[in-house]
Amino acid sequence: MNWLDTILQGVLLGGLYALFAAGLSLVFGIMRLVNLAHGDLIVLAAFVILALVTTLGVSPIVGALIAAPLMFAAGWALQYFVLNRTLGKDMLPPLLVTFGLSIVIQNGLLEGFSADSRRVSAGSLESASIALGPVNAGIMPLMTFLSAVAVIVCLNQLIYRTAVGRAFRATSDDPATAGLMGIRPQRIFALATGLAMVVVTIAALYLATRANFEPTSGPARLIYAFEAVIVGGLGSLWGTLVGGVILGIAQTVGAAINPEWQILTGHLAFLLVLLFKPRGLFPRAVD
Amino acid sequence: MSLVVPSWQVETRNKTSAPFGLAAVATVLLAFAVPLLVSRGVVQDLFFILTMLVLAQNWNLLAGYAGLISVGQQAFVGFGAYAMFACVILFGADPLVAVLIAGVLSMLLAIPTAFFTFRLQGPYFAIGTWVIAEVVRLLLAQWKALGGGTGTSLPREATRDMIGVGLMRDLFGMKASAAGDALTYWIALILMVLTVGFVYGLLRSKQGLGLAAVRDNEQAARAVGVNARRMKAFVYLAASFITGIAGALIYVQKARISPDAAFSVTDWTAYVIFIVVIGGIGTVEGPIVGVILFFFLQNLLAGYGSWYLLMLGLIGILVMLFAPRGLWGLFSDRTGIQLFPVRRLLRGGSLNRAHKGVPHG
Repeated sequence: MNWLDTILQGVLLGGLYALFAAGLSLVFGIMRLVNLAHGDLIVLAAFVILALVTTLGVSPIVGALIAAPLMFAAGWALQYFVLNRTLGKDMLPPLLVTFGLSIVIQNGLLEGFSADSRRVSAGSLESASIALGPVNAGIMPLMTFLSAVAVIVCLNQLIYRTAVGRAFRATSDDPATAGLMGIRPQRIFALATGLAMVVVTIAALYLATRANFEPTSGPARLIYAFEAVIVGGLGSLWGTLVGGVILGIAQTVGAAINPEWQILTGHLAFLLVLLFKPRGLFPRAVD
Repeated sequence: MSLVVPSWQVETRNKTSAPFGLAAVATVLLAFAVPLLVSRGVVQDLFFILTMLVLAQNWNLLAGYAGLISVGQQAFVGFGAYAMFACVILFGADPLVAVLIAGVLSMLLAIPTAFFTFRLQGPYFAIGTWVIAEVVRLLLAQWKALGGGTGTSLPREATRDMIGVGLMRDLFGMKASAAGDALTYWIALILMVLTVGFVYGLLRSKQGLGLAAVRDNEQAARAVGVNARRMKAFVYLAASFITGIAGALIYVQKARISPDAAFSVTDWTAYVIFIVVIGGIGTVEGPIVGVILFFFLQNLLAGYGSWYLLMLGLIGILVMLFAPRGLWGLFSDRTGIQLFPVRRLLRGGSLNRAHKGVPHG
């Protein structure tokens, strides 16, 4: 019974990693940009939620609702004014600029909020759980997983069913030709990053309420997100969810054997997938 | 330099390179005498500059020439340092011998890691190297004989009885600690000269030309017969060897290790990237300019803690956006001065006109 519980916790943890990864995946899919500051942006959003909750006294979910448009605007501006300048054939400038941004965000947060571990209280939800057959699942982890599924459904609907999604796909395939059809790639990119920041805010809500976080938590979140994307295969959001789940299960199983091994077994699972399935479990994109 | 047509000649020499070469040799010779002339603190500062320059030249070779953008070079710094500690503590090796062994072991580590990371394309390579560094850190943190997660120190006798320390005590009347600092400084100086020499020699060779071709256009380079994969693998292995040696040497001097410090992204990758970017990526001169500037910035501003790092990040972003070829790039573009020229010029022949190659080609 214990193992069943461990695996369920792993699956639910995977939902959190899929949330971390969805924004990364979206941005990479549309503009081939890997944002090395992605993890730090998640932590930044968590601190924004924390600040809203403590100053306005609202619940974390309301805090996230207020933070989402702010993060959207920040993402839009970041892409439009900074990152768009770095896009091109050379992959060095975007990587180095986002790496610099990662350092700026981390140290900005250290100045603003000190190095202390923080947590946003979700009240009674934190300890609530429901029985799923023989095992119990916490309400918060369950909400995380369901949110991840909802985010992926919404993103897929947006990308494959709407005019904006068509513009996303067209720009991803060929920005120059998309430009000839009246699409402004610069704005599409900014919109995509803004959208990714909304997903980041949702991820941050669960990061902030489920576990402790600190200004330097970002890089580890980036690495989990990246592992989920690669394990799932580039270009498939459902694959990313599976990747997150595999990573989550590997971590909880590792932690059940020896608490020190939690992170390590996650990385090893990632390396195993890379060894046998270099293009991930559900590859879609050609590049 | 081979002759294509008898009267034509391919050269890389220019007006400034010869006087600069002489000045560089003189500076290095003078640098050898430094520990006899100045205080221990200055020697330690110079040691820091030299080792950071070695790391920066390596990262520049990877990112600026081979297109391998790694944010996981701390894997080799930390692994080299731990390998050195293991040799000294577990097998009683001399620290300086252990430094060499650490370099070889780091290169061996690079073989399996390359196997994984080379499967990742483009920007994902960067994060892949980071994951590898994390894995190595977590594994070494499990090694209880070397202090596990909290780390350990080098035994005092090990550094006091290092090869050469006794000799220097007799020759110059130095204390053991000062002799140790001078010794590590000299080795760092030799390592720096060898590294710059290796990078420059590689870039001037046929292989280096192939490397630049791969960086500028991989498909075109492969079409004319450059084996891009082999070149990249060679550069990756060479860089891990030198980085491992540098890491081990840094920790002979520090004499205290912990997984978090030895695998620090900030110390061994962020600073190094900053040095290369601000100095000028893709040039041999860039990291030299960068490390000097970095040293002064650190001395001026390190007291401000995270503000200092925040500022380094901002400067790095601004340079990348507005002067992507760094300070040396700006200077070199204005003046045409190249101290380590790698641009091949065709001289002589019937037209009697120099045909310029592509920039830093």
